[in-house]
Amino acid sequence: MRKKHDWMRETYKKSTERMPERPVAHRTLSNIAPDPLYTPEDVEPFDYEKKLSYPGEYPYTRGVYGSMYRSKLWTMRMFAGFGTAEQTNERFKKLLAAGQTGLSVAFDLPTLMGYDSDHPLSKGEVGKCGVAVSSLADMEVLFDGINLEEVTTSMTINSPANAIWGMYLALAKKKGYDWKKLGGTIQNDILKEFIAQKEFIFPPEPSVKLVIDTFEWGPKNVPRWNFISVSGYHIREAGATAVQELAFTLADGFAYVEAALERGLDIDYFAPRISFFFDVHNDFFEEIAKFRAARRIWATEMKERYGAKNLRSWMLRTHAQTAGVSLTAQQPLNNIVRVAIQALAAVLGGTNSLHTDAYDEALALPTEESAKIALRTQQIIAYESGVTHTIDPLAGSYYVEWLTDKIEEEARKYIEAIRKLGEGTPYPTYYGTIRGIENGYFQREIGDASYRFQQEVESGERIIVGVNAFKDEKEPEVPILLVDPEVERVQAERLARIRRERDEQRVKEALEGLRRAAVTGQNTMPHFVEAALAYATLGEMMDVLRAVYGVYEEPVMV
Amino acid sequence: MERKIRVLIAKPGLDGHDRGAKVVARALRDAGMEVIYTGLRQTPEMIVSAAIQEDVDAIGLSILSGAHMHYFKEVKRLLDEQGASDILLFGGGIIPDEDVPKLKELGVAAVFGPGTLTQEIVEFLQREVPKKWAKAGF
Repeated sequence: MRKKHDWMRETYKKSTERMPERPVAHRTLSNIAPDPLYTPEDVEPFDYEKKLSYPGEYPYTRGVYGSMYRSKLWTMRMFAGFGTAEQTNERFKKLLAAGQTGLSVAFDLPTLMGYDSDHPLSKGEVGKCGVAVSSLADMEVLFDGINLEEVTTSMTINSPANAIWGMYLALAKKKGYDWKKLGGTIQNDILKEFIAQKEFIFPPEPSVKLVIDTFEWGPKNVPRWNFISVSGYHIREAGATAVQELAFTLADGFAYVEAALERGLDIDYFAPRISFFFDVHNDFFEEIAKFRAARRIWATEMKERYGAKNLRSWMLRTHAQTAGVSLTAQQPLNNIVRVAIQALAAVLGGTNSLHTDAYDEALALPTEESAKIALRTQQIIAYESGVTHTIDPLAGSYYVEWLTDKIEEEARKYIEAIRKLGEGTPYPTYYGTIRGIENGYFQREIGDASYRFQQEVESGERIIVGVNAFKDEKEPEVPILLVDPEVERVQAERLARIRRERDEQRVKEALEGLRRAAVTGQNTMPHFVEAALAYATLGEMMDVLRAVYGVYEEPVMV
Repeated sequence: MERKIRVLIAKPGLDGHDRGAKVVARALRDAGMEVIYTGLRQTPEMIVSAAIQEDVDAIGLSILSGAHMHYFKEVKRLLDEQGASDILLFGGGIIPDEDVPKLKELGVAAVFGPGTLTQEIVEFLQREVPKKWAKAGF
């Protein structure tokens, strides 16, 4: 067979002499520059057994489950939350009625930062970017009329994750649900907060301690619960490339594994309930390759490096969200197209759960209508596109297999660099990640990548339709969601009522139990549940921990 | 020696999403301006105090949380209260179009929403800050 480089030097060269290559970036968002063509040469020798194997079989490149979407579609889980618990409960019910198959809760900034709605620092922020939850009372309203044994709930909460999970479990207990039947996820990934999203409260070490409390307490008490969703989404949105997103996320995952091993937990006890959360961005094939590489790297490291024996410890189960940062404020309806392409990439990448952004999210939180279109996008892919007829349909594509290998190779370089930062310690990925956080390694990598991207856009090398090309003179009027300013007053009244009506002694004892557990290094989870049942507020619980652990201020760098 | 434009870039409130603030800060620095980035979780008091202390010509607020009306209002109020009304106030983030006129009414000089090229912000400051200097007699 004629060689590829002969074709490049002859036919391709002749063609580009007649018609030069277009002056745009022929590079992925990770600056991988693919050749104009891929052929069998680029992937041989191809060890199918070693690189791919079969769906539901190690190393899970082709999918974590044996029958994937033939048996069960990815969970359609739309992230939602705004205003009061009443308003969000209504939105949950509308989304469930429209066909979503799992719940996903977005909390407001005060809640995310562990402040009650009536705290001075909460002023102006209550209910604005998510639902306000200050106590069990809000949880009760939030899930009113929803059967927690029948629907799984994902809660995007990090620093206060133990407290919010405590409230959810307290709610379940009060309603007579069996914890053994509850399914769901708490994001609870504090390392990525230090790296990217910055919603940290306490310093890194105690923050990780709180996470490992859930690794220890979760499997035996709430066995169907994913106590962590190790996230790349936020790292990507902060400006990382696809390769960095993959590398830093997996490194975080390994860091938590090591921290749990350091506590003396058995890897096969906790690893099966580790879950993941990736971004799904614009470069179609790069994203598909990223998901496949992710599964392969996790499986091989967990088996070969960490010695996990339970095959469920090797399986990378993941949620995905279409890239918020790719949405434009200009010509917003174009975002429906972007999201559709990104969602398709996630499905072809074998995601287990998916959120699709609404077209108006560069402007505000989704309206009911725009959220519904986003959900319909998933349903159309699922039922009309035919991509679910067969599992991992792009396997065997010369480009996709080459790219999967390439992304794995590049990501492993970063993981090794992080491990090098932790050299000499017994848990190099964990200590390397902490050192990288403290010395600005991640900040620099992400900052440089985001600045480079912006420069590519400003030079016109990267085209964003409607923004630096194909602009419209007049922009359409788009109806947007307005958060009721009454939220703050409603919340303040609810908090005042709770403080009047609850058993203060019980609250005091619960908070003292929490404080003692934090000080002595015991597991805090039972105390969070008890505090929640006593109607201690989120702010009160977090203040106990602030007093014990202190608060963290990151080194300021541009 | 040419006078450099001095800018404070700030993240008010609880929001920690700082990609935009950092990219803008870096672009302004590359354009030859002196940029002070405050870091996260700044109260309006901290922002105004830093701005006055650093003798900046302009303050840029990055707000993605939906709380922009509250924070711009507060910062403007404190600037006026402390006799620093001549400091240009601008910003960006997730700010609906319909709120832009309301912000301008408050005295916000410019709002740079998603899709803005950093060059636009550079040009805005290079145009408006010298006018401010001229008024003050420089």
